[in-house]
Amino acid sequence: MSKQMISSELFLRLQAQFSPGVTIIGEHFQQALLVESEELIELLTVLKTDPNYQFNLLSNLTAVDYVEYFEVVYHLYSLPLKQSATIKTRCTNDHASVPSVTAIWPSADFQEREVYDLLGIRFTGHPNLLRILMPDDFPEHPLRKAYQFTPDGEKG
Amino acid sequence: MGPQHPSTHGVLQVVLELDGERVVKAIPQMGYLHRGIEKLAESRTYTQFIPYTDRLDYVSSMGNNLGYCQTIEKLMAISVPERAEYLRVIMTELNRIASHLIFMSSVAIDLGATTGMMFGFRDRERILDLFDMACGARLTYSYIRFGGVREDVPAEFIEATRQFLADFPAMLTEHHTLLSGNEILHHRLKGSGIISGQRAVETGLTGPTLRASGVDYDIRKIEPYGIYDRFSFCVPLGTVGDNWDRYMVRMEEMQQSADIIAQALDQLPPGPVMTKIPKVLKPLPGDVYHRIENPRGELGYYVVSDGSTKPYRIHVRRPSFINLQALNEICQGSLIADVVAILATLDPLMGEVDC
Repeated sequence: MSKQMISSELFLRLQAQFSPGVTIIGEHFQQALLVESEELIELLTVLKTDPNYQFNLLSNLTAVDYVEYFEVVYHLYSLPLKQSATIKTRCTNDHASVPSVTAIWPSADFQEREVYDLLGIRFTGHPNLLRILMPDDFPEHPLRKAYQFTPDGEKG
Repeated sequence: MGPQHPSTHGVLQVVLELDGERVVKAIPQMGYLHRGIEKLAESRTYTQFIPYTDRLDYVSSMGNNLGYCQTIEKLMAISVPERAEYLRVIMTELNRIASHLIFMSSVAIDLGATTGMMFGFRDRERILDLFDMACGARLTYSYIRFGGVREDVPAEFIEATRQFLADFPAMLTEHHTLLSGNEILHHRLKGSGIISGQRAVETGLTGPTLRASGVDYDIRKIEPYGIYDRFSFCVPLGTVGDNWDRYMVRMEEMQQSADIIAQALDQLPPGPVMTKIPKVLKPLPGDVYHRIENPRGELGYYVVSDGSTKPYRIHVRRPSFINLQALNEICQGSLIADVVAILATLDPLMGEVDC
């Protein structure tokens, strides 16, 4: 599995190409490219279209609430080249918004809506950013760490 | 259409916009079975979360367990004894057959063939009896655990599984005779609900639904997990990407799974079935993503650890949820009756869609 991760060499090349907005974090199966949200679309477009990468399948899109910031995680897979890569981007609580990647991979549609619904991160450019699992009029984003459900009732 | 409807595979509402009887838009509305499983994960220990994985795609519980346990094993570099690896393969492939039998039964009954459904469920009972023998449960097993499986199988399990494999070709033949050879099924399924391979990949389809459109993507082959690289099996592919291909791919996969189980039984070594690991796990801080080929597609687990006994975040990449994205596109221009067939062959499981 780790042998099919995109090689460090390709990661280094991407880092050089997109510097300083891109850094390599972690090691082995935890290695990922951390990118500033302003450069996200450009980087992901390269990852999809460039013959060296050809990441045509967006395997997974999700996000994590780290309290001081949110981190959106993309797991990509290339069917022709049989390699995978992890890309991460961050946003603050006040401006919880990153660009939508639905124009690059339509499969991001429901996954971004789920992240918006449960974590409250807006995806700018998403064609239909509505709640998908919670009721339409639900007032909170329940997967946020600040949202705690108690037996007596909700405490947002 | 729905959420209370016999053919929506659980509590799914599809809002149909029609022009006469032709579908202009088919928008799935989900969330009726949302149970907050990912939120619950944050207040359970890693082991306590295993029964929750059973209840995601509840007709493929072995696979759900396997995906989650392998994710944590990857994070903590936990090894699994040989015998346990083989038992895991036997269980997950038996589960694949059981899940595809449910698929076949659903296709039959959604198109009006009640007997076809009953025959599928009758044969699935044999598999549920095997699981009952092995771990005491028929549907939600929590049998696959970190470091192996919960307990070894009784001696009669091996014999009973071999007997099932011996009877299985006749069962499949009967299903093919009743359903695959049925003219009504041909008219209902062939040529409807087409999606091309390229569009399927772009929409995020995985599993038999993707392979029916001719895309060779089976995680057991391209990124073998566990010991799947030791088995010889084919990956059935479709050509047209219509409802018929989606049906036939799964029928063929059942035969392939039976072959894998036979090989696993032949190679099954003696030995322990569980590695020694601490009672309560405390992984180092970090994250991990692992995916397996579940009957409905790519099942992935993204786990973030903060070094404590409870996960900081678990996200389940649910194939049925992502596969449903294609519903609108595939239904364009279809008749309402075709929507039923398309939903049946997309094979969503609402427990997994809503999480």
